Amino acid sequence: MTGLALVGHQFRYDQKAFWRNPASVFFTVMFPVILFLILAVVFSGEEVNVRGGIDATTYYVPAIMSLAIISATMQTLAMTLVIAREDGRLKRGRGTPMPPWVFIAGRVGNSIVVALMMLVLLAAIGALFGADVPWGRLPAILITLVIGAASFCCLGIALTAAIPSQDAAAAIVNAMLLPLYFLSGVFIPEDQLPDGVISFADLFPVRHFFDAFFDAYVPAGGSAVSWDNLAIVALWGVAGLLLAIRYFRWTPRSG
Amino acid sequence: MSYGSTEAVRGIDLDVHRGEIFAFLGPNGAGKTTTVEILEGYRKRSGGEVSVLGEDPQRAGREWRERIGIVLQSGRLDPYLTVRESLDLYAGYFRAPLPTADVVGLIGLEEKADERTSRLSGGQQRRLDVGMALVGDPELLFLDEPTTGFDPSARRQAWDVIAGLRDLGKTVFLTTHYMDEAQRLADRVTIIAAGQIVARGTPRDLGERESAETTIRYRSGGEEIVVRTGTPVQTLHELTAAALASGEELEGLEVTRPSLEDVYLELTAEPTDGSAG
Repeated sequence: MTGLALVGHQFRYDQKAFWRNPASVFFTVMFPVILFLILAVVFSGEEVNVRGGIDATTYYVPAIMSLAIISATMQTLAMTLVIAREDGRLKRGRGTPMPPWVFIAGRVGNSIVVALMMLVLLAAIGALFGADVPWGRLPAILITLVIGAASFCCLGIALTAAIPSQDAAAAIVNAMLLPLYFLSGVFIPEDQLPDGVISFADLFPVRHFFDAFFDAYVPAGGSAVSWDNLAIVALWGVAGLLLAIRYFRWTPRSG
Repeated sequence: MSYGSTEAVRGIDLDVHRGEIFAFLGPNGAGKTTTVEILEGYRKRSGGEVSVLGEDPQRAGREWRERIGIVLQSGRLDPYLTVRESLDLYAGYFRAPLPTADVVGLIGLEEKADERTSRLSGGQQRRLDVGMALVGDPELLFLDEPTTGFDPSARRQAWDVIAGLRDLGKTVFLTTHYMDEAQRLADRVTIIAAGQIVARGTPRDLGERESAETTIRYRSGGEEIVVRTGTPVQTLHELTAAALASGEELEGLEVTRPSLEDVYLELTAEPTDGSAG
């Protein structure tokens, strides 16, 4: 098989394994949906004082989409790669003629496809709750998604270097992301966060990605593609890529 | 050959022939895995020359990997793929793989072909591991302690699979700490202890090594008599002739030669001065 065909081959099996893994399906697919439903029901009819005032549901659609995209990319990659590494599955794969980049490309492809699927799913559910799908913004949404997804993939792969064992994977990933979701206005609308919280969150890529995604998705937002936010997200991604190239390991840390 | 600051193995000189099962035998911590990982290209050596299928594993590339198969000492499988899918996935990595169905048959997992790997027993998982190393149709397979921790029937099944590799014309480099495994499977055995080679030969040669002394035991007047002799026929004849002449029975008469296990234990025993690490 040529390189690209091999990536497709790897991707097919990564997809199978993803959909059969109850933890992946729950945390990456079900959890964002449930979270959106809860928030949409609890805050239904309320107005969020952002960008001149928008409906809470309209606020939470891009918010939970951002979370779902980060979960499908950074979180999924960090967790599954550490598990595969500690299982010795990465090491076994390195003993075959498959080029290492093919393996990574298959996994990244899997993450981006799941992220796209979550975008469609949440857009459809959001529409049921009255958050119109901004069809005219589709190019901006896709550009934002691809830059964000690629950057968070790099960060997820880099993060594996800081995770020593399978048991530590979920704890480390969640300890990083959950506070950032709160501080970035993903769970609590930003007009209700104390001053200074958002400027602190601005130090991290989650906030910039959410901001960019919000701009792309909500017509009341600024310009469709928020290049300044995306540039910061991409810089994080490049830093992640460099760290990943330097520190990613294929052999188990333990034993 | 070393890693960290301790030299794990040194002066190892191995010569494996095409089409044979070569056993690299030694106790835990003797340096088997270090050696095999150098041969597989996973580990860099600090010195010496290594040629595997005509190439230096440290520099060998994709073409070389088409020709080898590796079963790691500890490696789990993707729990969400079936036996067949695991083999198909690996088959896709190679240019000219064996048909998956054939491999399923060779590893004796026909009835489990569509089960997820998480539903297999430890022995079945290990056989699938061998199948994944075999599916690329390599010339040379490395098996690092393929039966450690198995119950006797699982070991026997694994042995049948490994013996079958020879019939396929594969060369097998097997590491093990079980003497009986080497004896059962290998054409030639090299024994390593504390990073150094202590013996080599066919299983039969090794059994005959240091077996010059035969032990004869019997009881006479309630006392156990042990005679060690290099000429057992002569000694036994004299003993029995004397017993016949005096009408005495040699109670509990036993003539033994050291078993392979005895030879192995003696060869790999830690020196008492503790200089080996």
